[in-house]
Amino acid sequence: MNAPNQQGSIRRRLLLSLMVAAGVLAVVVYFVVQSVARQVAQESQDNVLAASARSILDSARVAGGQVSVDFPYSALSMLDSVSDERVFYKIQLQDSFLSGYEGLPDAAERLAETPTYVSTEFLGEEVRIATVRRSVSMDVGQSYLQVSVAQTLSGQKQTLARISRTALVIGLGFFVLSAFLAVVVAQSAIRPLDRLTASVSRRGPKDLRPVAAPVPSEMVPLVASLNSLMERLQRSLTRSEDFIAEAAHRVRTPLAIVRTKAEIIGRRSQDNETQIALSEMIHAIDDSSRTAGQLLDHAMVTFRLDDPLSEEIELAQLVTDTVERLRPIADLKEIDLHLDRLTAGTLRGDRILLQNAFHNVLDNALKYSPAGSDVRVQCRADDAELSVVFQDTGPGFPAEDMPALTDRFVRGDNAQGIVGSGLGLTIVKEVVEAHGGTISITNSKGGGGCVTLSFPSV
Amino acid sequence: MRNLVLSLCLICCAGFAAALEIEDNQRFGPETAAVELRLLSTADTRFFAPMIVSFLEDNPDVAIDYTVASSAEVMAAIQSGDHAFDLAISSAMDLQTKLANDGLAQRHISDATEALPDWAIWNDMLFAFTQEPATIVVSKRAFDEKSIPQNRQDLISLLRQSPERFRGRIGTYDVRGSGLGYLFATQDTRASETYWRLTEVLGSLDAKLYCCSSDMIEAVKTGELLIAYNVLGSYVVNREDAEEFAIVLPDDFTTVMLRTALIPKGASRPEMAGTFVDHMMRRAHGSGGARLTHPDLSLDTRVTALNRIRIGPGLLVFLDQLKRQAFLTEWESAILQE
Repeated sequence: MNAPNQQGSIRRRLLLSLMVAAGVLAVVVYFVVQSVARQVAQESQDNVLAASARSILDSARVAGGQVSVDFPYSALSMLDSVSDERVFYKIQLQDSFLSGYEGLPDAAERLAETPTYVSTEFLGEEVRIATVRRSVSMDVGQSYLQVSVAQTLSGQKQTLARISRTALVIGLGFFVLSAFLAVVVAQSAIRPLDRLTASVSRRGPKDLRPVAAPVPSEMVPLVASLNSLMERLQRSLTRSEDFIAEAAHRVRTPLAIVRTKAEIIGRRSQDNETQIALSEMIHAIDDSSRTAGQLLDHAMVTFRLDDPLSEEIELAQLVTDTVERLRPIADLKEIDLHLDRLTAGTLRGDRILLQNAFHNVLDNALKYSPAGSDVRVQCRADDAELSVVFQDTGPGFPAEDMPALTDRFVRGDNAQGIVGSGLGLTIVKEVVEAHGGTISITNSKGGGGCVTLSFPSV
Repeated sequence: MRNLVLSLCLICCAGFAAALEIEDNQRFGPETAAVELRLLSTADTRFFAPMIVSFLEDNPDVAIDYTVASSAEVMAAIQSGDHAFDLAISSAMDLQTKLANDGLAQRHISDATEALPDWAIWNDMLFAFTQEPATIVVSKRAFDEKSIPQNRQDLISLLRQSPERFRGRIGTYDVRGSGLGYLFATQDTRASETYWRLTEVLGSLDAKLYCCSSDMIEAVKTGELLIAYNVLGSYVVNREDAEEFAIVLPDDFTTVMLRTALIPKGASRPEMAGTFVDHMMRRAHGSGGARLTHPDLSLDTRVTALNRIRIGPGLLVFLDQLKRQAFLTEWESAILQE
């Protein structure tokens, strides 16, 4: 059988797509977590800065046109509570600088009560600045106080680095989990296909029934075409078997007539050459007629095998019948046919099929054994199985052909010159296997072939 | 424009090393040393010498130039950046913090600094190597053991009970002139309102104001003062006549100042300065090294009342000119009572 032309694997492709999707999602998760965290960290820093700036602003008093700012210690110390940060601030009245770091930029672009923020660089380090304003009444009219507080970002950077690591772990964990699920999903998606494969490959060689097990909708077209293919195959097989049986049947009768005619001519003729030619002719006709007979046998067996009977059979009785039926032929060839050790045993099966099988084996043995030799038939039984053993003292089976002998139309190397079709052992094998048994073909130690048919006992 | 003028002015000044008002200058180590480390410090040479000597034992090819100046001078020298000092050591925590905060200090990270407790290091720029408490120093001649006040409350009661005995014979820092006095006073106000009551009592008894701890200790020794408030305890225990004084760590709260070192931005030998800092840290904080404080000042047993000044931007608050103005106004009105 040719190995199918394989290209890719559904499971692998499915797995790969799922993995890629999981990877993309993991990266997205990583960035989303990080960006959310960044936002939250930024907001919390902004809140602290705004609180600091407000507390300075709230401590400002205007008295007699003078601004005094007595801001609490915590206004600046709170900015350093988690990590060491450099802190800068600036207090100004409208545009005039009052106190702090004069060069500090402010974040406010418009007069607003809500704090405004900006990230920039100051004194060689990145800072975040919050600016708040409050309007005050001065002698000269309305004015506003503005406070900016800035903080370096080392704590925020530490937090972000930590969150980044966490996000990485989350992303990786997500990926690993998804990969695991992908394997499970791919496995379960492919399972109906596996099931179908198993159910098709579990079938016997003759089983061409349509697949009846339920399949997923995606596989319905495949299974439908498979079923239709098998149906066509079944039909064509049946047709050719019918055809062969019909042909064999049609050929047998004319062959018998030709043989009779040839025998009559042979008896009448005195010419030696004609005698030899006629003898060869009869031999060839026998060969053809035997083949036709076995083809008919085979067709019958095949037909019966589709729906075999299941009846109780006394094995010893059946073997005895077969042996007795062939005894005249054995006598004719002067072969001693021994029937011994007939252990009683029952099996379930089709009597006609089994008889046909035994007949074929014994017929073979008689055919290949030289005149004056012995053929021995035994019937054995133990707890597990029943077996029928056929032994002859003929040439035996050629070792290299043994495994193929049960194939159709295969004959041993040493069978030349003996009438035969090569179908006999094929029929035997099919019958035995239909009864759940096995056939074993060996050579005896002292020479001669040995065929053992074993059946499970009831 | 103003900056330009300032820069020009500073460039002119740079020519004169004398622009820095120094109190002492000494050189340690071999004359032929390949490397010279320049230290600028507020601590007396005598006080700091053991640290230098032990460093030179480990590093024999280094010489150390040790300059002593006031905390304001140290601040100004580092701010101007003209003098190329490799290490600035000061008791003025607030000024040191401001220098570091303004980006005038270099970061230094090493195994020794990473082993430091959180309170002893700030931003990898400031490193604390002593803990020195503000104490009440009492003349033993004037008091018997039992009547020595153990906290501010005791002191207030004592002063109120016999005002005539103490009038003009109690002393404290003039916070307007002394950086350390200002630091102690401001930290006291953070810890408790008692400070203001004490200051008012001191004011009502015509307390004398001093520039520095050593002057107050001298005044107690001569009998001019009976009690001096907020004196650096470490200065007393290091004296040979320390027996004459009773040093009180107030048990309501004891403010503790940390002496800190920083490596200025303009240091010419920052790696060697870092090595010196590591040496200081190991000696001061390591188990085998010298103690952070004099053993006689049993800080370890006072953990609950210990008010260690935290290095950080909070120290900038009282350096703010508006804030400082507000504080001084209040302080003056309490102590001068005009």
